Amino acid sequence: MAKKAHVTPMLDELENGPWPSFISGIKRLRDEHQDDRINGMANSLLGQLEHSYETRKGYWKGGTVSVYGYGSGIIPRFSEVAHAFEESKEFHTLRVQPPAGNYYTTDMLRQLGDSWEKYGSGLVTFHGQTGNIMFIGTSTENTQHFFNEINEYGFDLGGAGPCVRTGMSCVGAARCEQSCVDEMKVHRTLLNNFTDDVHRPALPYKFKFKVSGCGNDCMNSIERSDFAIIGTWRDDMKVDQQAFKEYVGKKGRQHTIDNIITRCPTNALSLNDDDSLSVDNRNCVRCMHCLNVVPKALSPGDDKGVTILMGGKRTLKIGDLMGTVIVPFMKLEDEADYETLTELAEEVIDYWAENGLEHERCGEMVERIGLVNFLEGIGVEVDPNMIAETRTSSYVRMDDWDIEAKKWFDRKAEQKQAS
Amino acid sequence: MIQGQRTPIESGCPDGFQYMHPTMRKNYGNWAYHEDPRPGVLKHTAHGGEAIYTVRAGTQRILDVFTLRKLCDIGDQYAEGYVRFTIRSNIEYMVADGSKVEPLIAALEKEGFVVGGTKNSVAMISHTQGWLHCDIPGTDASGVVKSMMDELIEEFKNWNMPNRVHITTSCCQINCGGQGDIAINVQHTKPPKINHDLVANICERPSVVARCPVAAIRPALVNGKPSLEVDEKKCICCGACYPPCTPMQINDPEHTKLAIWVGGNHSNARGKPTFQKLVAAGIPNNAPRWPEATAIVKKILQTYKDNARDWERLSDWIERIGWPQFFELTELPFTKFHVDNWRGARHSLNASTHIRF
Repeated sequence: MAKKAHVTPMLDELENGPWPSFISGIKRLRDEHQDDRINGMANSLLGQLEHSYETRKGYWKGGTVSVYGYGSGIIPRFSEVAHAFEESKEFHTLRVQPPAGNYYTTDMLRQLGDSWEKYGSGLVTFHGQTGNIMFIGTSTENTQHFFNEINEYGFDLGGAGPCVRTGMSCVGAARCEQSCVDEMKVHRTLLNNFTDDVHRPALPYKFKFKVSGCGNDCMNSIERSDFAIIGTWRDDMKVDQQAFKEYVGKKGRQHTIDNIITRCPTNALSLNDDDSLSVDNRNCVRCMHCLNVVPKALSPGDDKGVTILMGGKRTLKIGDLMGTVIVPFMKLEDEADYETLTELAEEVIDYWAENGLEHERCGEMVERIGLVNFLEGIGVEVDPNMIAETRTSSYVRMDDWDIEAKKWFDRKAEQKQAS
Repeated sequence: MIQGQRTPIESGCPDGFQYMHPTMRKNYGNWAYHEDPRPGVLKHTAHGGEAIYTVRAGTQRILDVFTLRKLCDIGDQYAEGYVRFTIRSNIEYMVADGSKVEPLIAALEKEGFVVGGTKNSVAMISHTQGWLHCDIPGTDASGVVKSMMDELIEEFKNWNMPNRVHITTSCCQINCGGQGDIAINVQHTKPPKINHDLVANICERPSVVARCPVAAIRPALVNGKPSLEVDEKKCICCGACYPPCTPMQINDPEHTKLAIWVGGNHSNARGKPTFQKLVAAGIPNNAPRWPEATAIVKKILQTYKDNARDWERLSDWIERIGWPQFFELTELPFTKFHVDNWRGARHSLNASTHIRF
């Protein structure tokens, strides 16, 4: 390499120890890569990072960088200490949407690596917290070149800023026995319906879709998405009694009682005298615990569908919020079902776009206006599955009680007729 | 000059099927059960009897192209060319041929990758960008994580924990790292320092005022220039004003600290999902190895390991033993700062005679 390497005594400390070191990786780019541009960029980056370690401050600022036709998907970074670390003075990240479920062939990873090496720093993360492939570090000019190249072979940018963000879905049906929904299909149907809203930020703030195949919620969708789609079932869970008895035989009754029976949150399980299992399915809440412990014997039922929760988000600004149940159960089998799902998502985003304040997440809006107003806005009827408990405060006007009560009975009658 | 005129193909999220292992494609939606042959390895069996083995490995997460190609080489030589990444950035190799599992593990370990992170282990720490790339970071999550995983590596490789442990780190209080059984997050302790010469040019003042959760910011004229001022008595030092207005510098080499939170759990298994709760604060942001933070995390893990029952997540365990006992066992101080005073805080107070003696 042409220039002298920055001295990095603090970062060097991060090359010690058994866990793989990202610093060693950046140094390889500095010392061993055949391209001078990458050597320089890595050296400069290490210099700035060492400066951050010494002073305990960050030195990147944002800006406006985008590719032709889009307003989103790039995280612009300009160095505030560019005079000292010239070659990484522009160090933008491209957020690229991964294939649903995060599957890759090694061929595709190599192809992405080759493209990135041509135009970027050579640093990449699979994946960032929103779920994007993060191609970390390129110049304003190369942002466009790199995007053009990967866009030709099937990759597109994700969201950044006040827009629909890249979605996430679990491994699900591809490799998991607990899967209750076609996660990839839900993910792609929703995200690709909102492509325009991903690429052109025009919403109050970010909006995230996440899909988990069961209540284990491996995608953290209740906690960190505005629109969480979670697989479930409404008939009886399946019990292979023979396999269950074998498990009890192997592990013992005390283990079974302590780790399965008494851990059921609704006391819906009972160990019979012959070591078979009784399940009170009407009171099972599909928490997944017993299925997790004995996957060989216990499985989801056949009448599968999804529960939809809305309004989850992290701290900024009113504190963390979990999503709230909006749709207790919905079948997702034929195209008409998927259309209903998409229409619901459109309804929610439209209502929020109209009524949310600037920088206000959907869940914050719900908190501000109340769940009932939100439900009326999106055309969804109230349902006792949406609450943990009913109202405890008597300070409320209930002039229209009779009308509302009639609505409930009318809906019940309608449901009865339909079934 | 940017080429400019190429119209993007708005293809959105790519189809995962084209990159999926053929055995997984074939048995899509038709898996019967799984087993855990050893730490870091899963074996899934389909209703028809076919099986797929998964080998999971931890990496440095920020991959250089050399490391990426090394992972691909291993995938071609010892696996079947199909991989995926978990939500915690581990790489997974899928193979239909069970005899490939051991040589694959040996190849990964020879190159320094760490096989593990399944079932009741300490999973890879999910983290944020930090000083390497973020515009508002209080610390360097990658460095914190590297330092911590060096010490927790045996817990990643083995099944020593009562249940799985998800650790997260975040470089500011927005908490992009998310909820975790244990979360190590930046906690600012002093109000922002304002560069009044720059505010008028850089910040859209009304939106900065609106961003403050406690209405502590108001417009002001300082030295004849339009600027902003902070009511330091009201300020909760959250740093929310800093992203839209960088002249309100919140990060400070000394006063930006780390805090540790426990009991965040996204799963619905047993109880409903839970948020993480504060247990320790005032921890120095001590680059490059953050030993004080790691020591507290290790103490909490050891106490959990020694005291929790099988299948109890950290949140389940604390719910059973109660907070007084948690502080007693971990020897962490309980202070007035642990008592919440934010919205809905009354729900977090004990309104009963349920007390353990």
